[in-house]
Amino acid sequence: MTVRLRVNGIDRELDVDPETPLLWALRDALGLTGTKYGCGEALCGACTVHLDGEVVRSCVTPVRRAAGKQVTTIEGLSPDGSHPLQRAWVELGVPQCGFCQAGQIMSAAALLAKKPKPTDAEIDRSLSGNLCRCGTYLRIRAAVKKAAGEP
Amino acid sequence: MTRIPRRLAAKIRVVCGVGSVYQGGMLPKHSGGGVRLTGLALIALGCGGGGHAPAPALPVAAKNALLTPRDFSAIADRDDRARAIFVEASRVMLHPRCKNCHPAGDSPAQGDHGRPHDPPVARGPEDTGVPALECTSCHQDRNAELARVPGAPNWHLAPIAMAWEGKTPGALCAQLKDRERNGDKSLREIVEHAASDELVAWGWAPGHDREPAPGTQAAFAALVDAWVNEGAACPKDEVKR
Repeated sequence: MTVRLRVNGIDRELDVDPETPLLWALRDALGLTGTKYGCGEALCGACTVHLDGEVVRSCVTPVRRAAGKQVTTIEGLSPDGSHPLQRAWVELGVPQCGFCQAGQIMSAAALLAKKPKPTDAEIDRSLSGNLCRCGTYLRIRAAVKKAAGEP
Repeated sequence: MTRIPRRLAAKIRVVCGVGSVYQGGMLPKHSGGGVRLTGLALIALGCGGGGHAPAPALPVAAKNALLTPRDFSAIADRDDRARAIFVEASRVMLHPRCKNCHPAGDSPAQGDHGRPHDPPVARGPEDTGVPALECTSCHQDRNAELARVPGAPNWHLAPIAMAWEGKTPGALCAQLKDRERNGDKSLREIVEHAASDELVAWGWAPGHDREPAPGTQAAFAALVDAWVNEGAACPKDEVKR
């Protein structure tokens, strides 16, 4: 079955089973490997992407849900990696191993789109579904605040 | 000696206090583990004496089944009949499949024992989660069997005014009849909601090794319908089940 969707601004037609997790459509069919596979059960957040601007865990989202919609992955967050969050991430040296960071940034970007000046508590609450085994949470929060222009 | 489940013992306490509805031989029997009560114990709970004639026994209902409205026809008093029917229907509403997402706080529970939801989500202003961690960030329109993530259309938390967690059947009943706390629904609309809502329907098809709510959606709706038709009296309990 053909599923039509728009990924990072480009129209795509995928010949995949509509129940295929969006994650594998992105990684295997489109080669967009910035989005990571972590738990496969929506428990870790590594696979976070945007569907029409809303956060979804692509590992449990069937690709049929994305039909006719805009999908944004870490590769499409900005054309050249210059999204304020990406700049803040580099300036503060947030990642350690880096595996969770694409998901962290995608969740943070969705948060800032709806809450441009989030409090610490709001950041913690919105990102509580994104796990970091290296424990970079304090730097993640600091980088979100920096990107938001907060002290 | 009559063997009845613990929740039914609670039901006896609930209902007998309002008019000795369940007396001796007419106790509905549910299979499964429970407590043993003698006739003397039933009297001590307020179910004995009073000059009522013994009524025929109600049918046996398994733990995963519901009695039907017809099973309550032996109860002569209309209000008592409605109360007893509601208590039976409340077995669904207070089951973990329903209660988990009617929390009294800001986060749902999960599983059969009310453990906190993982990841730690919050209800948010619209009861659909918070930015970047909405209910539908993970929950799809149907169960994701391989990932074990439950799903149904319009997955969301019940508003805090509709919290069922910790409620007794009597309190739940009063809440359902209060348009301030039932989504501004008439009793007829509540019957319709019970009968046809897709998210309600998930309670009987929860997927991945989750215990379904007892009975079926149709059987539950029939009880709610009968409760309304019988005048929608509420159990006068304050016994925690």
